[in-house]
Amino acid sequence: MHDFIGLFVGAFLVQNVVLASFLGICPLLGVSKKQSSAFGMGVAVLFVIMAASVMTFAIYHNILAPFNLQFMRTIVFVLINASFVQFVEMFIKKFMPPLYKSLGIFLPLMATNCAILGAVLINIDRRLSFGEAMVNAFGISAGFLLIIFIFSTIRERLELSSNIPKGFKGIPIALLVVGIMSIAFAGFAGMGS
Amino acid sequence: MEANADVNLAPKQDLNEVFLVGIIRENPVLVMLLSLCPILGVSSNFVNSVGMGVITGVVILFTNIMISLSGRFIPNEIRIPVIITIIATAVTIMEMLTNAFLPDLHAALGIFLPLIVVNCIVFGRAEGFALKNKLLPSILDALGITIGLVLAFGLMGFVRELLGTGAIGLLVLDLRIFPAEFAVPLFVMPAGAFIVLGVIVGIISTIKISKASKEKKNA
Repeated sequence: MHDFIGLFVGAFLVQNVVLASFLGICPLLGVSKKQSSAFGMGVAVLFVIMAASVMTFAIYHNILAPFNLQFMRTIVFVLINASFVQFVEMFIKKFMPPLYKSLGIFLPLMATNCAILGAVLINIDRRLSFGEAMVNAFGISAGFLLIIFIFSTIRERLELSSNIPKGFKGIPIALLVVGIMSIAFAGFAGMGS
Repeated sequence: MEANADVNLAPKQDLNEVFLVGIIRENPVLVMLLSLCPILGVSSNFVNSVGMGVITGVVILFTNIMISLSGRFIPNEIRIPVIITIIATAVTIMEMLTNAFLPDLHAALGIFLPLIVVNCIVFGRAEGFALKNKLLPSILDALGITIGLVLAFGLMGFVRELLGTGAIGLLVLDLRIFPAEFAVPLFVMPAGAFIVLGVIVGIISTIKISKASKEKKNA
């Protein structure tokens, strides 16, 4: 149990997917202008990472590994992720049309979200057991949700501020803000495993 | 948009232009802001950063060649899965080659190597350019983009390693520019990546804005 908590804290805060591993930067910069859509994006990513982790774990250990096809993992995982993203897209379109509109192009682009492919690859590369892989995947996706939500609250205020140099408006100042958040999160170093 | 008909080939472009546009003016990373994850992730070391740029470039070259040759046979409705499968094949080949011949680089790049599959530039060039163009322009496009990528990755790697350690490690050589006591380790930490990239992009867009306003005055 202690190991699971360590693993979760490590994936959630210490090795945060955005601030320490640099995954999922595109949706972070693209969908963070409004709190509600940032939260929706975070939840969608959480769902896809969890579902894809179960699926890729089963396929890797029951099909690819016994037949020595490990080198096929990248191709197989990308296709699995793309199908889950397609499913989430249809679900959100049907049941949450406003969210569907506000996410726009970034919803289908989740198929090429490196946080998702990264999470399932980390599960396999670190040779985690099924339980550990689930805890790790949950930590990673909860970490993404946390950062994109915090960042969107900062960014909503940033958009109103008028004393940013012209050239630094938009993406450059956003990157600097993420940098400062990353310094803050470096304070968690040493916790967990 | 019909990609499977010859009539729909893009109008005859200047080949020079196709090659040059990706290097500075539409630099894939610093101007178009694609491929931000890998440039942030691997740029703490100059050599690894350039290596990542080159490997991504080879993947773009491979997919551009494959897509431009087979573009007319790919039905429009399923072009995305087809392109992704071709990219994934190229990435898998590059991953195995790096593992075999450059094991140190393979270890340093880690997860960012298989993640080239989901790099927006590779997909963007394949879907946005190679699908509608012939072989030669597609190759030139890939080479131009590669030079742009290597420039951007090299610049990021250079600035971060220099400020973070005071020296640039070139394989066996260790070029010390200033003593390590004056180095700021923050720049080789994750936070430094965001800050350096933010400043570089900010400087570039400041230059663009001042250029545009000058042109307005002259016009």
